[in-house]
Amino acid sequence: MKIPLKYIMRNFMTRKLTTFITIAGIALVVFVFTAVLMMAFGIQKTLVSTGSDDNVMITRKAANSEISSIIGPDIQNIIRTLPHIATESNGNLIISNEPVVIINLVKNGGGVSNVTVRGVSPEIDKLRPQVKLIEGRMFNWGLRELIVGDAIAKRFPGAQLGSYIKFAGGDWKIVGIFTTNGSGFDSEIWGDAVQLQSAFNRVSTVSTVTLKLDNPENYDSFRKAFIADRRLQQYEPIIEKKYFAQQSEMLSTFIRVLGIFITLIFSIGATIGATITMYSAVANRTVEIGTLRSLGFNRISILAAFLIESLFITIAGGAVGIFLASFLQFFSISTLNFSSFSELAFSFALSPTIIVWSLIFAIAMGFIGGFLPSIRAARMNIVTALRAG
Amino acid sequence: MSGIIQVKNVSKSYWRDSIETSVLHDISLDIKEGEFTALMGPSGSGKTTLLNLISGIDKPSKGEIIINGADISKLSESALAKWRSTNIGFVFQFYNLIPVLTAFENVELPILLTKLSKAERKQHVETALNIVGLNDRMDHYPKQLSGGQEQRVAIARAIVTDPVILVADEPTGDLDKHSADEILLLMERLNKEFNKTIVMVTHDPHAASKAHVIRHLEKGDLIQETV
Ligand SMILES: Nc1ncnc2c1ncn2[C@@H]1O[C@H](COP(=O)(O)OP(=O)(O)OP(=O)(O)O)[C@@H](O)[C@H]1O
Ligand SMILES: [Mg+2]
Repeated sequence: MKIPLKYIMRNFMTRKLTTFITIAGIALVVFVFTAVLMMAFGIQKTLVSTGSDDNVMITRKAANSEISSIIGPDIQNIIRTLPHIATESNGNLIISNEPVVIINLVKNGGGVSNVTVRGVSPEIDKLRPQVKLIEGRMFNWGLRELIVGDAIAKRFPGAQLGSYIKFAGGDWKIVGIFTTNGSGFDSEIWGDAVQLQSAFNRVSTVSTVTLKLDNPENYDSFRKAFIADRRLQQYEPIIEKKYFAQQSEMLSTFIRVLGIFITLIFSIGATIGATITMYSAVANRTVEIGTLRSLGFNRISILAAFLIESLFITIAGGAVGIFLASFLQFFSISTLNFSSFSELAFSFALSPTIIVWSLIFAIAMGFIGGFLPSIRAARMNIVTALRAG
Repeated sequence: MSGIIQVKNVSKSYWRDSIETSVLHDISLDIKEGEFTALMGPSGSGKTTLLNLISGIDKPSKGEIIINGADISKLSESALAKWRSTNIGFVFQFYNLIPVLTAFENVELPILLTKLSKAERKQHVETALNIVGLNDRMDHYPKQLSGGQEQRVAIARAIVTDPVILVADEPTGDLDKHSADEILLLMERLNKEFNKTIVMVTHDPHAASKAHVIRHLEKGDLIQETV
């Protein structure tokens, strides 16, 4: 490329309305593209941060969500006999037998939404130490009391400190609000597992069992022992973090695929915009092209100059789009997570990878949009181009 | 001794919608090194076409064009581009400066194709602008210059590679009389002082009078030579 970059840069800078409209169009498309990736990443981040590396969750093999998993009392007892389960200082195993149900609550601004209610065992503070009460107190074991995640308190007017929620034929008092700093648990309501089991007539059946390993490195040997026990063959252990990561996959992939599909359709319009802008640039500079060619610049240089100019336009648009999308990080929204069938609150999250992909997307639009006009510029006949004046 | 520019039995025709338009018919001419030639003739007689063939931006349909001993009608497109960049200096009627580049940058363009270092390029550009008397306008953009000044920048661009031949297509055609005289004076000087072989197309007899030889074209034929 022999044509100086400042030639390209200044041509890019001196252009007017059409260029700005093109940049705005590209910016809009890249904004949507980036936002979609940020949304999918935000969901992943939220769910991945929900589980811990040293907790193991046990579900029924056939179940693809916690609420469809069933573990009876005999199995719960067998699990307690497995090796490598961490113990409290008083000798109690750190295990939580958790019934998980879904209830309906009225959202801010009307409309009903599904909310996960999780029953937990008294060892819960050792199992999930990341849970912090920010208002009120812990529920009392043996009482129909609940604590709610802060994302729930924010979104559901009926789930405030001191208010009562009606379900399973009773009134449940909210006595505390907790946070896990943005994990999926923030979108749950927790209560005493035993109280919830009896309210839902589940006797001693729970949905999942989660336990803490004495050492995360012992997972393989725990798993071996688990598999070796034929009575447990319908059940499956999985690292808690991995479980929630898998739960995020379906929703985030769905959002990505749908979002990228939609933005690709938008991008056709933006790319055509870039093409039109570049065609007019080529037409306006025909004599210039003829002049450069007569001075000895070859076709490749001309092609490169116009292609790079087109890339400038779309990269500028892309940068604006990414910049605007980065403000979405301050927003948190909620969506129905169809892996758990309940509402999940999350924040848009930006990552270097997302920025790179968004720029690649912008560059692709510039390349595709600028290609035909650049080819036209490069193919011009010198004499004809010079006569165009 | 044969000339630096030899046009041998050259014909040129254009095809449009499968109709052949013959623009130059069997033209032969010989221009000596250091000669200042004016090409005259009515509009459409083929002056620009002949100039384009000599300067290697167009190819003859028939015949040979031998410049400095090399048959340029046989060169490939890329070889021809390279050849142009070192052998020919172009001066256009409408100056054809790049509007987004300063005078300095415009003059620098042709030597970006050489291996000269940045410092060497600066020196060459300053020398060229010095010859045309515009080194105080180096950082001006074309639109900040008068027509005459623009044409002088264009001439500096044409001579910055120190080519043997300058081709000029109506270089004074767009200028007032005063500026035109300045440009003609400059052309004469480039011819005398720097020994440039110049081929200049012009409609203006006054401009043509500066040349050593005036050649007349009429409907694609070379009809007369005035010395
Ligand atoms: N690309 C082309 N296709 C078809 N015809 C062409 C082409 N270029 C030039 N011509 C024709 O060739 C003839 C000579 O054109 P040329 O430009 O050489 O004339 P000229 O002597 O320079 O005229 P002027 O004084 O108006 O500049 C004209 O009739 C012109 O229409
Ligand atoms: Mg002409």
